[in-house]
Amino acid sequence: MFGVPTTVILGQLMLGLVNGAFYALVSLGLAVIFGLMGVVNFAHGAFYTLGAFAALLGLQWFGVNYWGALVLAPLAVGILGVVSERLFLRHVYKLDPLYGLLLTFGLSLIVEGSLRELFGSSGRSYPVPDALQGAINMGFMILPIYRAWVILASLVICGGTWFLIERTRLGSTLRAATENAQLLQAFGVNVPLLFAATYGGGVALAALAGVLAAPVIVVSPLMGNSLVTVVFAVVVIGGMGSILGSVVSGLTLGVVEGFTKVIYPEASNIVVFVIMALVLILRPAGLFGKE
Amino acid sequence: MQGRKWATGLAAALAALAGGGAALAAGSEIVIGDIDDLSGTYADAQGVGGIEAIKMAIADFGGTVLGKKIVLLTADHQNKPDVGASKFREWSDQSGLNMLIGGSNTGVNIAMAKVAAAKKVPLFVIGAGGASLTNEDCTAYTVHYVYDTTSLANGTASTIVKSGGKTWFYLTADYAFGSQLQNAASKVVEANGGKNLGSVRAPLASMDFSSFLLQAQGSGAAVLGLANAGADFSNSLKAANEFGITKTMKPAALLAFISDIHRLGLQTAQGLYLTTGWYWDLNDDTRAFAKRYFAKMQVEPTMDHAGAYSATLSYLTAVKAVGSADSDKVMAELKKMKINDMFAKGGYVRADGVMVHTMYVMQVKSPQESKYPWDYYKVVKQMAGEEAFGPITGACVLAPK
Repeated sequence: MFGVPTTVILGQLMLGLVNGAFYALVSLGLAVIFGLMGVVNFAHGAFYTLGAFAALLGLQWFGVNYWGALVLAPLAVGILGVVSERLFLRHVYKLDPLYGLLLTFGLSLIVEGSLRELFGSSGRSYPVPDALQGAINMGFMILPIYRAWVILASLVICGGTWFLIERTRLGSTLRAATENAQLLQAFGVNVPLLFAATYGGGVALAALAGVLAAPVIVVSPLMGNSLVTVVFAVVVIGGMGSILGSVVSGLTLGVVEGFTKVIYPEASNIVVFVIMALVLILRPAGLFGKE
Repeated sequence: MQGRKWATGLAAALAALAGGGAALAAGSEIVIGDIDDLSGTYADAQGVGGIEAIKMAIADFGGTVLGKKIVLLTADHQNKPDVGASKFREWSDQSGLNMLIGGSNTGVNIAMAKVAAAKKVPLFVIGAGGASLTNEDCTAYTVHYVYDTTSLANGTASTIVKSGGKTWFYLTADYAFGSQLQNAASKVVEANGGKNLGSVRAPLASMDFSSFLLQAQGSGAAVLGLANAGADFSNSLKAANEFGITKTMKPAALLAFISDIHRLGLQTAQGLYLTTGWYWDLNDDTRAFAKRYFAKMQVEPTMDHAGAYSATLSYLTAVKAVGSADSDKVMAELKKMKINDMFAKGGYVRADGVMVHTMYVMQVKSPQESKYPWDYYKVVKQMAGEEAFGPITGACVLAPK
């Protein structure tokens, strides 16, 4: 294939899946928030960054280890999400979606600016947990155990979220709230609480992705910034609000990007947007979206 | 006769007006500007710390020169050449700017150098490394003060080739600085009997470098030349460790700041060779400056911070010596004087704009070797300025070979 040896192809496929797993996880939260609330959450990257910082500061200040951070960081960031939904976001539901976008964009600027003010822009390193140190020699490549763990963890979380929303009673209540909130409220369901919890859950997913990313990249206030634009493209390609779409397109685009890095590296950070443009022309609702 | 008198009068009035205009532009203040990446990936190499260093220099100089108050303007160029250049132009036209400190990012500084030439305002390039600033893109008003891609390559690449690292593969940041750094290193590698096996160009601020690194490993080269900077440098070195690439390839930092090493930690960075124009722990003078800086910023200064301080002092010293802020007179003085302070000993500005001074090849200490906080480097080699920056290439029209 393009004169590239098979071992290289297998290696890049593996790396593509690792990156795709991140894309899937981050876009998942975005898809949940858009699909159920109709909010274009531009602050998603900022919550991802906050997740990584929560893990880092938890370790430095309170000695919370990686496994603790996997639970506590999303919890803390999720609560912050609920608070910001109650304080700000709920006021714009009745307005044009553009207002939600601007509001969350503003939130993300505030979060990023504050982190930069407090910690500088170059960031800090977060250690790989001892249990996940080392690497597996797969013959065609050396795969660090931590990266394999990222794929596994993200597939489990994505699958769990899909199941929760598509196959449980809570999920069907949530979906009903998007269809007709007033009617559901008349049935005695606390819809505002449902919305707050959904937003909290969505940003908690972003924070979880941040914790997973912390050991492999430098934890810096800018880390969410570069990710969030790609992830928006992933969600658009998958179909705005489609959970399955965001997971499948996240993984696929990770792989496509990986191969671009071999064939024409200079284009690797725009290939996702080229695909997005093509999808928007040929199938505006996205690959898995409802027309 | 009457008409002629009128004409003379008018001419005199016009001359007075023009003179008045110039006097207004010169103003009652000496205005220094600083345009840098204050919020992005390079913000810790110079950034806000650079502003603090310039303020320290102004205070140490006494706050005034030629009886005029020294004021400082600052702006964030956001790594966008058009933003940097238009801010520079605005300050020159409206704020009576006398001198500009140019921060990180070669692309932005190339754009700003064009403004420096058009507006005749001296530009001291601190954080940007591209040697084209004193070659194809040189101007009569540019001073390249701290380091450039040539001196980095002459330091790190030649040291590694001579110690046995003969075959090189580069991971290069895909913009002006990365390609200039790779070219400079390639030349040095070949000149010393080494071989360049290839390179991969990674887009600036890539999320993940592991794909690029596997390609580097596939090349079979002995040395991995990291022709990138800031977060890209740290993330690629981190991934190289994680994927076991550092077991088969020796990484070479073609540009690393002490802020990068601090963020990576010695466990990851140990053994790395790098070249720097300054280190806080070189001697009593550098330690004295570092102590004052640390008290304000809670981190040790990078070579850019020390350079921004020294450049400001050099400019003010030249203004004082010629008794004027006239750019041409100041530039002539700058190219005549010797620079002696905690940053450089016997440094001088060459015809092409390079500030020639001693550079240091360093090796990052292991965690065991490091005895106190920020004790990160051991000096491998001290390079005289002439050796580090090389001869005048002739590519700059102001400085024929």
